[in-house]
Amino acid sequence: MKPDELPGPYDWDELVQEDRVHRLIYTDAALFKREMTHVFGAVWTYLAHESQVARPDDFVTARLGLRPVIVVRDSGGRLRALYNRCTHRGATVCRQERGNAKAFQCPYHGWTFLNSGRLSGVPWPDGYACDFKDAKFNLAQAPRVESYRGFIFGTLDPDAPPLAEYLGPAAQPIDEWLDRHPGARVEVREANRIKVRGNWKLAYDNSCDGYHVVFSHRSLLEMENRLEDDPNKGMSFYKSRPDEAPMYMAYFGRGHHFKDKRPNIEKRPGALWEIEGAAPGMEHFEAKIRRRLGDRAARALDLAASEPVNINIFPNLLILGNHIQVIQPLAVDETDLVWYGTAVVDEANELGGAADDVNAIRLRTQEGFPNFGEVDDAANFEQIQRGLDALEDEWVYMHRGLGVPGRVKTDARGVVTAPATDEAFMREYIKEWKRLMQARPNLVARREP
Amino acid sequence: MTSPARDPSRSSWYVDDAFYADLVAGFTDFARDDRAVADPAVRDRCRMLLEREARLLDERRFDDWLALYVPECLYWVPGTPGGDPRREIAFAFDDRRQLEGRVYRLGTGYAWSQIPASRTARLVSNVEVFATAHPGTRMVRSSFLVAEHRAGDTRTLAGSYAHRLVERDGAWRIAVKQVNLLECDRSLRNPSIIL
Repeated sequence: MKPDELPGPYDWDELVQEDRVHRLIYTDAALFKREMTHVFGAVWTYLAHESQVARPDDFVTARLGLRPVIVVRDSGGRLRALYNRCTHRGATVCRQERGNAKAFQCPYHGWTFLNSGRLSGVPWPDGYACDFKDAKFNLAQAPRVESYRGFIFGTLDPDAPPLAEYLGPAAQPIDEWLDRHPGARVEVREANRIKVRGNWKLAYDNSCDGYHVVFSHRSLLEMENRLEDDPNKGMSFYKSRPDEAPMYMAYFGRGHHFKDKRPNIEKRPGALWEIEGAAPGMEHFEAKIRRRLGDRAARALDLAASEPVNINIFPNLLILGNHIQVIQPLAVDETDLVWYGTAVVDEANELGGAADDVNAIRLRTQEGFPNFGEVDDAANFEQIQRGLDALEDEWVYMHRGLGVPGRVKTDARGVVTAPATDEAFMREYIKEWKRLMQARPNLVARREP
Repeated sequence: MTSPARDPSRSSWYVDDAFYADLVAGFTDFARDDRAVADPAVRDRCRMLLEREARLLDERRFDDWLALYVPECLYWVPGTPGGDPRREIAFAFDDRRQLEGRVYRLGTGYAWSQIPASRTARLVSNVEVFATAHPGTRMVRSSFLVAEHRAGDTRTLAGSYAHRLVERDGAWRIAVKQVNLLECDRSLRNPSIIL
């Protein structure tokens, strides 16, 4: 069955309107099933970070939509997304979440596959009349896997544009996010993980939403500022007239959106560090870094503070603060949100030996938001899902800023910008979602010849 | 006595390299048979402290609960089994200031993940006490089950605790509580209670 034969029909213009969307886009199981072919895998979908598969034969398991995949750097160094599905009987061939392996042997009947996906051995082959050199016995895999500066994506569309083209203008903030680090790179260091009984788009809607901050995160803002004479910690700049602040939202096309809070921060080393909320060990390691680096300490300390951006790459990668957050849909009303922490890697010693001390703060600052902020967003996402059980009340609005003269601007590149609390990004990305859901996806699972 | 400028409720000077090194060393392979404390009186005192802690958390008496801890304390939930907090982010890693902040947040009236608040019932069992190289410090390993009911759903969280207890002014207090949650590296719905 081809994906476009999945149940319908839908009146897409009814479901997605200029100012509102129908509750079904968050609640309908058939629409969710369609998203798993028309969105996840139909476009470049984030899979893993290169630091998780740094050496040849390193692998991590992931999902491309719901498809179980093994993201592996094969023995020749090439990144692949192998379907974790034995070509014999369908069992997963890899049950570890990470590791280093030249081959995967299916635990069920012992078929063995090289990490290129090629079948390398079958027990008692004389019981078969077939030719196991036939490519159909090799593991399926995504036809296209590319990395943009460490971020590994896969798509099942062999004709997809190059990843960099898919990212488009969103590549610039990713570059800026990376380039402030020594060696212009980061390393993933485990994750905070939150399961939400809610649709995955609730998280994608939220990731550029500047309207919810002082309400959903009020307890965090009060906690962060409870010991401060001058309550300016964390996202305090949202508290009064956020739409007049220099921060803004942007929409880059292809579903990608961006909240840039950097303009709120003075452009001088150390300004970001000054608004960082409390974290364990902060005073000790700050003093240590200052002793070591003197007047060069400010740049290092800024790397321990949360970078004030949310770079949201459709459909499932959210680069925010120092986190790499991955949205993993599991069902129409179940989503895992995985907040990977990142650390500085300073091989060229650009930080004068202070990298470990920077990371000692940075690892701790990253635990703050998932513990004290995201839990409240997640509670609100779940309560949206619950509220949407009210069948006859059909509409969900995303019209903040719509029709307000001068509020939403579009530049020559087609990038849309608006004040920080505007919902223009939501209206724009959901148009792209609507386009994809109506399009015929070009899905190909390739095999090694 | 801590100087006011280094009050652990307001600043975090004590979480330093030595603290981390001591933490990782102290929580690695401490439960050794040759160090097991057989004295029932000692074990009973430790058990009483853990049971009291569980009751105070169940009753949401968070300030009384915090008073069981030394000023330079740690509440630590590793994000991977045996995860080293110097290398990786943790599920939770709260020093005194952050732990007080955690309690403060729950009391703001705006911590939506705990409105309504969870009701919990904790079982702490299999309590074993181990001596350390320092006479005034003991390690206690126990198993826990936390039944949590919130907004119509009930679930069970399980794992083991490792408590570092220290003797202060003739009483035993908690210096470090390590919570080894079975699901530490899994996505967990609404992880907002104190374990």
